[in-house]
Amino acid sequence: MQLILEKRTERSGTIALISPLIAIGMTIVTMVILFAILGKNPLLALWAYFIDPLTDGYSLQEIAVKATPLVMIAVGLSLCYLANVWNIGAEGQFLVGAVAGSWLAVKTNGTDAGPWVLPAMLVLGAAAGALYAMIPAVCRVRFGASEILTSLMLVYVADLFLDYLVRGPWRDPAGFNFPTTAEFDPVATVPVLIEGGRLHLGAIITLIVVAAVAILLGRTIKGFEIRVVGAAPRAARFGGFNSKQLILLTFAISGALAGLAGIIEVAGPVGHLQPGFSPGYGFTAIIVAFLGRLNPVGILIAGLFLALTFIGGEQAQIAMKIPLDVTKVFQGILLFYVLASDSLILYRIRLVSTSRQVPRGTA
Amino acid sequence: MSESTPASPHLGETPLLQTIGLTKRYGTFLANDSIDIDIWPKEIHALLGENGAGKSTLVKAIYGLIQPSEGEMRWEGRKMVLSGPSEARARGIGMVFQHFSLFDNLTVAENVALGLDGREPFRDMSARLDQVSRLYGLPLDPRREVWQLSVGERQRIEIVRALMQNPKFLILDEPTAVLTPQEADQLFIVLERLKAEGRAILYISHKLDEVKRLCDTATILRGGRKVATCNPRVETATSLARMMVGTDIRQVKAAPARKITVPRLVVNDLCLTPDDSHGVRLNNISLEIRGGEILGIAGVAGNGQDELFAALSGERRLQDPGKVVIDGHAAGHLSITQRRRLGAAFVPEERLGHGTAPRMKLSENALLTGHAAGDMVRRGFINALATLKAVDHATDAFDVRKAKRDPEAASLSGGNLQKFIVGREILRSPGVLVVNQPTWGVDAGAAALIRQALLDLAASGAAVLVTSQDLDELAEIADRVAVMFHGRLSQAMPTEEATREKLGLLMGGSGFERKEAAHAAHP
Repeated sequence: MQLILEKRTERSGTIALISPLIAIGMTIVTMVILFAILGKNPLLALWAYFIDPLTDGYSLQEIAVKATPLVMIAVGLSLCYLANVWNIGAEGQFLVGAVAGSWLAVKTNGTDAGPWVLPAMLVLGAAAGALYAMIPAVCRVRFGASEILTSLMLVYVADLFLDYLVRGPWRDPAGFNFPTTAEFDPVATVPVLIEGGRLHLGAIITLIVVAAVAILLGRTIKGFEIRVVGAAPRAARFGGFNSKQLILLTFAISGALAGLAGIIEVAGPVGHLQPGFSPGYGFTAIIVAFLGRLNPVGILIAGLFLALTFIGGEQAQIAMKIPLDVTKVFQGILLFYVLASDSLILYRIRLVSTSRQVPRGTA
Repeated sequence: MSESTPASPHLGETPLLQTIGLTKRYGTFLANDSIDIDIWPKEIHALLGENGAGKSTLVKAIYGLIQPSEGEMRWEGRKMVLSGPSEARARGIGMVFQHFSLFDNLTVAENVALGLDGREPFRDMSARLDQVSRLYGLPLDPRREVWQLSVGERQRIEIVRALMQNPKFLILDEPTAVLTPQEADQLFIVLERLKAEGRAILYISHKLDEVKRLCDTATILRGGRKVATCNPRVETATSLARMMVGTDIRQVKAAPARKITVPRLVVNDLCLTPDDSHGVRLNNISLEIRGGEILGIAGVAGNGQDELFAALSGERRLQDPGKVVIDGHAAGHLSITQRRRLGAAFVPEERLGHGTAPRMKLSENALLTGHAAGDMVRRGFINALATLKAVDHATDAFDVRKAKRDPEAASLSGGNLQKFIVGREILRSPGVLVVNQPTWGVDAGAAALIRQALLDLAASGAAVLVTSQDLDELAEIADRVAVMFHGRLSQAMPTEEATREKLGLLMGGSGFERKEAAHAAHP
């Protein structure tokens, strides 16, 4: 007997829907084995990861707060990936957006600047993210440089630039030499939705972004262009669609959304600029984008799920002394299984017998 | 061993190759359904059938590329199980594919060396290559790089590569599809000689006159089944065609008198350097097509037809607007979308990946070219209903067979997808239609329907440019025929004057040297 992958005549809609679930199931099985090797009770660990955070209001809010940047970045990335353009540097665009918006917050800190500050910061953050994303996009269009490498390398540039700013020129004079800016003024802070809670306006903005991208992809000719350029470049050219323009456009949108997510994160839950304020949202968003099948609504669900693993990871660390890095292992394994399960959309697995017997009665 | 009665001249001998009840299943689809075939030494055996009849599947099984699901093969009377082509080659089975597997940037000798399993030193192999190619009248320079060679020469490499293994049995998959009539004649001489040496040849084709001329036996496949084995010399072309297709093929009827009106597509002295280094340079191409007229461009593939299509469609935009004129508008600088808005429509050669996005639905593929004009897009938003209607419209008018209302393009058979694509463009009522290889790889029924549609479109007043390698097709529908060779276009001649000999000479390049600029304008 032999296992073979057989090409389907048409992609399977059912599998497209359940492939993320298959991936999550396989990941959990792998995690159980991993927990057992670490000498922890797998059932208790899974409970701490996936059930505990859902049982109290604080954790639920925290899941939404973590999901906000993940979903916003991933929705932008999905446009790139649909167009077969590989922006791996959302983390850098996220950081640059945070830095650009924070610039205004730092400059107006302690002055009596009005309520225009926060909107201006958001615009600055989005614009900076888009501009930063244009570097790899232009290099790709003009010189044919691989956007995978350039966008990824620019992450480290952004990271170190942020580090320099908060240790040098923007350091809070009253901050006891900690590498951080001063706490942002109220006019430079994203308002919370529930008094005394953590859930903030960014969550609403994210929902609007999800809806807007869903309409763009499903209903407009621009969204169609993005999908055709990715799925069949030569047919796209025949259709009259300019792939270079779309590389620039998708990079710009994803950069802007990552930058916006960055400044919302800094001006919201964090409240000041400091190194390491991102637990790698820009990278995790890549997993979110694929787990959500590059579909805006799917990404919303996937973002909440990945946020759950962040919170669950913290709970498991506190409750069972499971290292926080296990969360990253979990996310990596998940992406691996998602991509593997995706092949089932175009292929089916079949068991065939390898013996080549001649039917009797022919001779 | 076998109880199947051998044909009379072979009484008492064993066939060189036998398949007994050979069956190949793909899922629920039967590509080959219990096929029995006997091939004898010193025989040229034709394998006839339409596209999708199962010819390729059968030879792939014989060459060890796929494993049959049921049935067996016997080689010189003994059971043969092949786990790969190298085992087939070791037994003396050689194959020349329709699509060549050559490395463009390597030399002839290097390509041949890569295809051989042997361990002989490169220099000896080169010498032997030279010797074999001269022996069989297939001249090749071992040191030339493949990209410099014509399609006919490339095929020679494949044939010589197969001959260097001294095969007892040679399979040729549609070898004349890419050759001029004269090149094909030379190939037939080589094949007769191979036969005289005692080798067997399996000759896959759907060209009936060739088969009648060359082959001793013909096995006809239809829908995966063997229909008959016969002597093609005593059959008529009509009787062979009937066995191949199952019914009589509908004859294409031209409208009695088409009104030839004003020039609708004009190309003025077009020169174009190719995008990539292996492309063909277009030299001084001029043509003029009037309303109501079909101009055919014949020629072996790879002589600039793709480049001309890109320049005419606007996939490749030109500096000088005046080089391409569509309905009186200088359009050389315009994009493909702008040219569509001028009333032009285009059908490229490659159906999947060029004419359609394979993994997208038909409605989305209707939008692919329909977005330029009409009601499919309003203020940037897609009118999904209008795209679906376009699919229904094409389905009804062009008899597109499909499993559901709006399937993915890739799930349609070649003929049905081509009908959809041609229908999609014709239903936009274009004033100018440029179509490349309209019936390439399409079953005879679909081909007749498409040709009729092109004639009807011309009768309605459109100018139609058809590029095709199929001379019979051009004879059937074109008013005038020109030949493309090395990026140049010959003078167009009325179809009645375009004999196979004349066209064949032009396709081989003679008659081009003396003219500085070639013209296909009206006489």
